[in-house]
Amino acid sequence: MTPRFPSSPLSPSLVLPLLFVVVAVALAFYPLVGETFYVRLMAKIIVLGILAMSLDLLVGYTGLVSLGHAAFSGAAGYITATLILKAGVTDMALLLPASLAVSALLALVIGWISVRTSGIYFIMITLALGQMTYLFFHDVSYWGGTDGVTVWDKPVLAVGGLTLLDLSDRTVFYYTAWACLVAVYALLWLLMQAPFGQIVRGVRINPGRTRALGHDVQRYQLAVFVIAGTVAGLAGFLEVARSGFISPAHLGWHESAMVLIIVILGGMGTLVGPVIGALTLVLLEDWVADLTSHWKLAVGLFVIAVVLFLPNGLVSLLTRGAGPPWLRRRRAAPAEAEGGDDG
Amino acid sequence: MDADYTYYLIQAMNGIQYGFLLFLVASGLTLIFGIMGIVNLAHGAFYMVGAYLAFWLAGATGNFFLGVAIGVPISVLLGLLLERLGFVHLYHRDHLLQVLFTFGMILVIGELITILWGDDVHGVDVPAVLAGSIPLTDTQAYPVYRLFISAACIATALGLLALIRYTRLGMMIRASASNREMVELMGVDVNRLFMAVFGLGVGLAVFAGMIAAPVNSVYPTMGDDILIMSFVVVVVGGVGSIQGAFWGAMLIGLADTFGAVFVPEAAGVVVYALMALVLVWRPSGLFAPR
Repeated sequence: MTPRFPSSPLSPSLVLPLLFVVVAVALAFYPLVGETFYVRLMAKIIVLGILAMSLDLLVGYTGLVSLGHAAFSGAAGYITATLILKAGVTDMALLLPASLAVSALLALVIGWISVRTSGIYFIMITLALGQMTYLFFHDVSYWGGTDGVTVWDKPVLAVGGLTLLDLSDRTVFYYTAWACLVAVYALLWLLMQAPFGQIVRGVRINPGRTRALGHDVQRYQLAVFVIAGTVAGLAGFLEVARSGFISPAHLGWHESAMVLIIVILGGMGTLVGPVIGALTLVLLEDWVADLTSHWKLAVGLFVIAVVLFLPNGLVSLLTRGAGPPWLRRRRAAPAEAEGGDDG
Repeated sequence: MDADYTYYLIQAMNGIQYGFLLFLVASGLTLIFGIMGIVNLAHGAFYMVGAYLAFWLAGATGNFFLGVAIGVPISVLLGLLLERLGFVHLYHRDHLLQVLFTFGMILVIGELITILWGDDVHGVDVPAVLAGSIPLTDTQAYPVYRLFISAACIATALGLLALIRYTRLGMMIRASASNREMVELMGVDVNRLFMAVFGLGVGLAVFAGMIAAPVNSVYPTMGDDILIMSFVVVVVGGVGSIQGAFWGAMLIGLADTFGAVFVPEAAGVVVYALMALVLVWRPSGLFAPR
């Protein structure tokens, strides 16, 4: 039913990176014109955008629907916060690698168990293991229980007595996060263009055939899982540097589901879509929260509406329902293809 | 020494009772997935609706059992309405979209409950007839109501088994679980079958929520807790298998209860570690249909 070729003259492979450049430039100039409140909101959106991009790598490109992705950003956040609070470490050259290492390791363990399964099992297992991570930080009193950890000191990057980056300065933080967003986009985009990315897409479209071609499907899935978890760890580090706060709720599965919504809302398998999704959802939440204290009701209805009316995301409006070719083909294919091949 | 034994006996009975409750919720979850192909995250919310209905109806009617008798049919009807209006759009869609749709539903149901009954933790009184305890030793006793929960769950489980084994509907359910397309081709009205299965699932979850309300308090995140435990049960037992849901529920119910006894500081993690172990051993659960 869907046209095989986009009715728009623009090819998605050109539109999407171009769209990201537009978004990035707009975000770069926003602090010059925006009100302080909204600049802070934008900083939050940038961090959330990085998290959503990392999930897009799993969901949109590899076809792995994870409901436990917030565990990785949350664990990294906890490591950052407790290192600052309990060990007095503010050196970014120590904090950042430590938090990335923890999230990578956690992703390796959870991924190792999860990629052995597929389809609905994968969804349920990532949910359960994410929840286990949540309970670990929730129950063990060292991490501060439900209240979480609040830190006042911010990470600082200094070489020899010279301070390069002091994240307690909001402008410095904003542009550090912005640079991370651009770097993550570039990295993931290049990765998906590389042979590695081509195989990963193959895994999504037809795991059985990819295996028949001689590729170890589970190893590729695990590799993507760890990369996505590590990038999520970067987002977790930045979140603590931004807000100075982490609590178990940051790891909970509602958080994971919201990130998933952001990916779908923007358009999965596009990388730029998740950033636009983060922008849309955060602004919407902010707007609705002003109107009513029952904003969750509105968000829930919004989520349902997105699933029913905009399953291909906002970006697909721009590319006129075209979307990236691997998504287009998939939409035409029967839904049964999901997980059925992998047994 | 004797008191020690009694203590473990009580814990084992609690674990089995929790397992039975989990079975009622998980069997609906596994049926809805096995027959209709739907990942229903809102299933825990149905359980929560049951608990709140028990709280409300027991208070309004003054009789807990009357409340259950009114609450279950009403919520099954509401569930069927939900199936016609919402879930019907999810058949043959991606699991991803089903997950998000039903997550949206959790937010809506949760917020509606907050609007109706507030954020506080509520308690439901144990019905007076079943309020006593059976003394086991001089100091320890087992509450009658918990035995009633187990008995009610056993009766329901046997009823479910009889339904699936001996009725025409059960035959269609078993046939659909093994080959849905073939059942369609044989001329079974799949729409009605789906409605029946969904109504059954909702009924089981609501019933479980209602009878559990007097022992577990009623609070806004209770749906999430039971949902995730039921997922663990379904994954451990094997998706789509009622038998798997039963043994999975028993295993998880006991593991959770004894985890809290032996390693209280890591009680929450025990169940998940067990699940991970099972999956490493058998990636599609203990009783996977295929």
